Amino acid sequence: MVHLGTNILFAGNNFVRLLEGLWTTVWIAICALIIGLILGTGLGILRTSKNRPVRILLRLYLEFFRIVPSVVLLFLFYYILPRQLNLNLPAEQMAVLAFALWVAAEFSDIVRGALISVPQHQKESGLALGLNGWQLFRYVLLPQALVLELPATINLATRVVKTTSLLMLISVMDVINIGQQIIEANRQTYPNGIFWIYGIIFLFYFIVDYPLSLWARRLAAKQH
Amino acid sequence: MDLSIMQQAIPQFVKAFELTLWLSFVGILGALLVGVCCSLLQYFKVPFLGKVASVYVELFRNTPLLIQLFFLYYAFPVIGIKLPAQVCGIIGLAFLGGSYMAEGFTGGFNGVSQSQLDAGKAIGLNKFQLARYVVFPQGFTLSVPALAANVIFLIKETSIFSVIAIPELTNTALDLVGLYYRSNEYLFMLVLAYAIILIPLSIILTILERKVRYGSFGN
Repeated sequence: MVHLGTNILFAGNNFVRLLEGLWTTVWIAICALIIGLILGTGLGILRTSKNRPVRILLRLYLEFFRIVPSVVLLFLFYYILPRQLNLNLPAEQMAVLAFALWVAAEFSDIVRGALISVPQHQKESGLALGLNGWQLFRYVLLPQALVLELPATINLATRVVKTTSLLMLISVMDVINIGQQIIEANRQTYPNGIFWIYGIIFLFYFIVDYPLSLWARRLAAKQH
Repeated sequence: MDLSIMQQAIPQFVKAFELTLWLSFVGILGALLVGVCCSLLQYFKVPFLGKVASVYVELFRNTPLLIQLFFLYYAFPVIGIKLPAQVCGIIGLAFLGGSYMAEGFTGGFNGVSQSQLDAGKAIGLNKFQLARYVVFPQGFTLSVPALAANVIFLIKETSIFSVIAIPELTNTALDLVGLYYRSNEYLFMLVLAYAIILIPLSIILTILERKVRYGSFGN
């Protein structure tokens, strides 16, 4: 009997395993995003401060993460953390850490951009009403900045999801790694399996990222 | 860190450096070409092809380069298309980059202010004259910062070529780490190499952004 190549996707528990791999991928992206956004908010606020050395330091932090490609970043953490700092984390947690610091860097720039683009008259009106520094931040700057930065933040999230494809390089059991295992295990039975497995993984990433980028675009269009 | 170890690795890094630059250059050129074509198809709403361009842009913008390369390099031979690794890398970069560049161009075209379009129509320009004399000159200028940011992004993406064993910078450095187990030295050189390529580019990008802001008129 001639079998269809697609059978490899549903043979045994292959599809369930791929979905589990996808969940690992998405979970790591979510963790990195949550930690990174919290940290990035703090850094972004600091980047609008009047303290010059702090601003320069944070700018350098941002530029470092902008210059180093994510593959290299992962390997830097993978080799240097255990050897230099004696910090032996499981690969998943290390990936979360590396991505979170990267997200924090990128997000700090988004936060800073949003904070400085709140119109000057808004701040002045707030001051005229007698708001103090914290109140001004909490009731005037923050709500407006959040709206301004949302599209860029969602775009950053899609980038994080795409970057999780690199997790297989540091042997995290993500969707690509599991896909490769399935391909290897079924090489005899399904010689064309590789086409379908990589095809479905391609589709998985698209299904996760496309709604996000559509959402970001809608929001951005509404703001103009 | 051991300086002599780094010194010995310089020739290999220089070779990898050149390869990274070359692959980036060809890939980015391809990306610009693909991007211009797609954004023009979308701008003029060419029947069918415009839709195809949109689908392509969405598909490639929302999937990782790694899986695109795996597809090209490992899955295509199954259906009889066998390409050398470097060709796969260039094609992958050109099509990934093409989707980003298309977005950049389209963003630029959309950024041309309504008053300019209205003024063009008021002096009786037809659709193509409007595109040729009003939208494109301003739109291309407006899209320059986005394109430059894409260039930086694409050069960084070449590090993913290491998964299909192209001996570019990342692959070379990881190979050396594997061979001699001197991670500090080689990783330092790797970061340095990317810094040498990317810092000047990112300075140029900042200057371009400032220039374009001066050049945005009619708003």
